[in-house]
Amino acid sequence: MSDAEFPQSTEPTVQDDFEPVSVFEDGEMDLRPGADNCYKCSVCDTTCPVAEVDDDFPGPKFQGPEQWRLKRKDDVEVDDSIMSCSNCMRCDDACPSGVPLSQMHNTARGEYVDEQMSKLSREYVRNRILANYGTLARLGSKVPRLTNLVMGNSLVQRLNEKLLGITAERDFPAFATRTFREWWRERGGPQVQSEDKRVAYFHGCYSNYNTPEVGKAMVRVFEEFGYEVVVPRQRCSGTPMFANGMLDDAERAASVNVSELSDLLEEGYDVIASCTSCSMSLRQEYPELFQLSGIEEVAANTYESLEYLRIHEDLDGALADAAVDEQAFAYHAPCHARNQGLDRQAVELFREVDGVEMEDVGDSCSGISGTYGWKEEKYETSMKIGEDMFEHMHDAAGEVGMTECPTCSMQMEHGTGYEIKHPLQLLEEALC
Amino acid sequence: MPIRDDVVVIGGGLAGSMAALSAAESGAGVRLISHKKSTLRQASGLIDVLGAVDGDAPIADPFAALDRLPEEHPYRVVGAEGIREGLRRFDDVVGDRYLGSHTDRNALVPTHGGTIKPTARYPVSVAPGLASAAEDTLLVGFRGLTDFDPVAAAAHLEAAGVPFDVDGAVVEFPIQFRDDARTTRFAKAIDEDQEDVRDRLAGTVAAGIDGHDRVGFPAMLGDDHGTAVREYLEDRLGVAVFQIPTGPPSLLGMQLEDQLIDALERAEVRLSTGNPAVGYEAEDGRLTAVTVDRRGQEVPYHATEFVLATGGLVGKGIDSDRESVSEPLFGCHVPHPEDRYEWSESEAFGDHAFARFGVVPDDDLRPTDADSAVHFPNLRAAGGVLGGADVAREKSAAGVSIATGTYAGRRAGEEVAQ
Repeated sequence: MSDAEFPQSTEPTVQDDFEPVSVFEDGEMDLRPGADNCYKCSVCDTTCPVAEVDDDFPGPKFQGPEQWRLKRKDDVEVDDSIMSCSNCMRCDDACPSGVPLSQMHNTARGEYVDEQMSKLSREYVRNRILANYGTLARLGSKVPRLTNLVMGNSLVQRLNEKLLGITAERDFPAFATRTFREWWRERGGPQVQSEDKRVAYFHGCYSNYNTPEVGKAMVRVFEEFGYEVVVPRQRCSGTPMFANGMLDDAERAASVNVSELSDLLEEGYDVIASCTSCSMSLRQEYPELFQLSGIEEVAANTYESLEYLRIHEDLDGALADAAVDEQAFAYHAPCHARNQGLDRQAVELFREVDGVEMEDVGDSCSGISGTYGWKEEKYETSMKIGEDMFEHMHDAAGEVGMTECPTCSMQMEHGTGYEIKHPLQLLEEALC
Repeated sequence: MPIRDDVVVIGGGLAGSMAALSAAESGAGVRLISHKKSTLRQASGLIDVLGAVDGDAPIADPFAALDRLPEEHPYRVVGAEGIREGLRRFDDVVGDRYLGSHTDRNALVPTHGGTIKPTARYPVSVAPGLASAAEDTLLVGFRGLTDFDPVAAAAHLEAAGVPFDVDGAVVEFPIQFRDDARTTRFAKAIDEDQEDVRDRLAGTVAAGIDGHDRVGFPAMLGDDHGTAVREYLEDRLGVAVFQIPTGPPSLLGMQLEDQLIDALERAEVRLSTGNPAVGYEAEDGRLTAVTVDRRGQEVPYHATEFVLATGGLVGKGIDSDRESVSEPLFGCHVPHPEDRYEWSESEAFGDHAFARFGVVPDDDLRPTDADSAVHFPNLRAAGGVLGGADVAREKSAAGVSIATGTYAGRRAGEEVAQ
């Protein structure tokens, strides 16, 4: 502690009022105050999961403040290593000085893709497809059984790898035979009406197309607590688009989401998400990257679902009398949950529930980072990052995994063969 | 009722961790709130209690020097027994991974800059390098690892008058890394023995031993397998091998952070990290909740007792602008000269007023206002946020955090039990 507390300046910069966007009239981002705050302690580099296993990756400090400084000269381009950042955003959490690292990375990646990447390259086409998973899923889920059959075919997988650079090592996530939205419609919408307890559910792509049971659990749990739940029209949160530098795609999706959700905020709804990357995106990345009417309000009123209940309901009390069948879980906190301060809530909450054994499998990143681990050239890095988590899962008592993030759950299943559940599903079992 | 605990500790550094452990010991339900990863990652991992008073350094026995400290020093509030209690609790946390508890006297630890730091507790791996042992020493650094210059460090140590010969040598690390690789990268390679690096490292260094009694490396000799690495090198080199604490990112600091988190988990302290505490709620003069900003909305964390351990100027527990100095969370009084030019001295290492800025505790570590009245009867402060100590000059930062954290946490727990 002694070294860290040595006063280095009489006037530490504090950036409470720092508004990174729209400083320049032409709309170009000015991140200089953020860069100036970096005093090169390198703690971000020591928490970067990619830098830990990939010697060629220069780490978040370079990708952020250093690259920003270099780029002030017109003839310096964005370094192509930016495409190796997986957008886990752990560096944000590590920085003791409030440098907006992930915002810098997102901005640099967007510029790299716009200006330096050939739109005809295999990499660009592949990334565009991966980033727009929601569109793909919409088409695929129209004929789920056929899609599952085709995508699960090993020949198709090898073709995907050869033609597109999508790894053949992974099994494509199966589409549900009935999407969450279809279930919701057939059910006839909300079963509970309330004037003052209202939430709008941002289900995201994955719980709609792939794991509708998570969305159903969300609805049942919230209705159990007396909430009126609505399911607004929505598009992808934008997370995979940020991670692939497709900022224009992300902004189009964001404008739909912000507009739909803004309307509901006015009617007294708060926004809740069951995927921690979705809530991260709405809360932090939207206002950092875009200027849309109502964007700040949406960010301020978006919550992760469990977090929302913990703040507004006596969840501990409700769970005190609950009991479920004996079961043990190996819990992994997604990076994007970590960055929102939600990494311990599931373990904390279920630790006291009769019949449940929850074990946190440590603080390593799962390594898949959305679309990252699907890229042929990143697959190995992705699995190396995940190694720690796999080992801890095997060591834990539970044979069922638990996490809030859809792609973390893919990686957990891929690395261990375990079935993976969402905390909402356990909450549903305990309370409904 | 939403989120509620008996004691809420704000700040995840050494002071906050010790406060939470101490409160949990009393049986209270404790939550620790911290914004970012703690500054322990940048700390040396050494535990200093008191190394200098009024420019008189090094102090041999910190306890014997306590009454030479100014009246407003936090040590004067907790007293010698408070410091001992804190150290006992710290010893429980680190177990056999630290040494120094056998004596009140300071150990003298060589730092990566070649200075000597008077220290009360130090990691086992640092012990063979103590400057009080008259053994000829070789310091080894690696080309490309700019964090540690062994030749300059050796020259500094010689100039400091250590009772032995010191030499420095820069060698090639057996594995070629990128130019700006971190110490953690080297540490990992050694820890996992990548590409037979331990054997090759021993081979490189063996040639230069040449009559030295011990060899010091920057603190990167492995992580999980640190003990095995040192044993292997000692065996191969035939001399004692020790680690020299480095600047950030500091492996010894990170290892201490891990040990504290393990201890907090064992004590069932609830940890909430990632969002800053920004405000509070109070009723009838007592604090009822601390509010945490989760990007736009403030979430209250209710409790009956609170400990403020947010750090000093660098840890951002104390804030300043060109006009004034403040404690931003509760608005506690922070005395400072009105004229900004009196905040500092012209000499870089002078007796700066700013170094002692912080809240003013009463005799129970409760922050007081300008009229010496407590702000809240159920709020105590610990660590760098407390004023009155110049921890950098005194070499007392860790000790102040441990002693006041332990005291504040214990008192919070006792109040809950009432």
